[in-house]
Amino acid sequence: MSNLASTTSSSQTTCECPECAGAVAITRTLIRGEVVRCGDCNAELEVTQTAPITLELAPEVQEDWGE
Amino acid sequence: MRIGLLASRIRVEERLLLDRLAARNIENELIDVREAIFDIHDPAPWRRFDAVLERCISQTEALAAIRAFEAFGIPCINPSAVIETCGDKLTTSLKLAAARVPTPRTRIATDPESAMRAIEQIGYPAVLKPTVGSWGRLLARVHDRDAAEAIVEHKATLGSVQHSIFYVQEYVDKPGRDIRVFMVGTEAIAGILRSSEHWITNTARGGRAAALEITSELRDICQAASQAVGGGVLAIDLLEAPGRGLLVSEVNHTMEFRNSIEPTGVDIPGRIIDHVVEVAQRGAVPRVTVRTGQSPGAAGFDALSSTGAA
Repeated sequence: MSNLASTTSSSQTTCECPECAGAVAITRTLIRGEVVRCGDCNAELEVTQTAPITLELAPEVQEDWGE
Repeated sequence: MRIGLLASRIRVEERLLLDRLAARNIENELIDVREAIFDIHDPAPWRRFDAVLERCISQTEALAAIRAFEAFGIPCINPSAVIETCGDKLTTSLKLAAARVPTPRTRIATDPESAMRAIEQIGYPAVLKPTVGSWGRLLARVHDRDAAEAIVEHKATLGSVQHSIFYVQEYVDKPGRDIRVFMVGTEAIAGILRSSEHWITNTARGGRAAALEITSELRDICQAASQAVGGGVLAIDLLEAPGRGLLVSEVNHTMEFRNSIEPTGVDIPGRIIDHVVEVAQRGAVPRVTVRTGQSPGAAGFDALSSTGAA
């Protein structure tokens, strides 16, 4: 079995918020594409890399988004 | 066997699906639709997949990618035809009506004045919905002509061109709740009641989910609705209309289910993965076909015609 989804390393516990430069706590293993929220500024942040973790502002909801 | 999970934003649902793939020791690959490049002359790089499960948050991106996968002969769940239908409320309504699946009274207009006439024909309160969109966004319930004129003018003036298609539906005075049934293939695997004090009961908008027994009536109408839109992995939303019974309001092709696992006790992501594996092993997507001349509840499923599979 191989899961090619890239996941975070377990050693990294915080990451800088690209919006407010606050420390975003990493409390679990993350997959690229997941969204976390900054506890300081409440910004939605997308995980764009996992080794090391890189966060970018998550895209705004688009008209065709949904289920 | 290798399964591709096509997505962009990874929600709880996608994590659960990846977990279920791993638990079954199935090779899998997360495909970020935003990074994928499809050379239409060279399907070889993508033929490593036995099936692709579409879980994109953007319908437009999903449709483009799934069309490419299908052209390359890879079974997709759901197929592009199903995404096209379910991603557009007008197309969904037309197919439900054509299959005689009970659905709310609906009018379509393309001009503000025609939209006002359509609303008056439906009667107040009426509901205006964007034809594309989800999570209960931009729904408007209008109780009188003044409110209707304001909404129509705002949609015509401020909205994208898509909002110049006026989709007008009767307001069904449901009992503070609606119904969602999860269909996997031809089977209704679970159902929930979604309750809210607000007239919009989507769980994305705070609606609470509780387990619901799948009655034969519910199963029949959901199978008919699934059949009408092409089948697959679907969430069917229904309203209980006083004196009229169940009405199918929407069919969702990339369903969210995180809030429905616990109340129903059904491993919804596990059931989806089992279905994907079945499709991959078969090498074709089961297609449900409409048999004309039958009532929706009696309509059968003719499985196993290939949709794009090599």
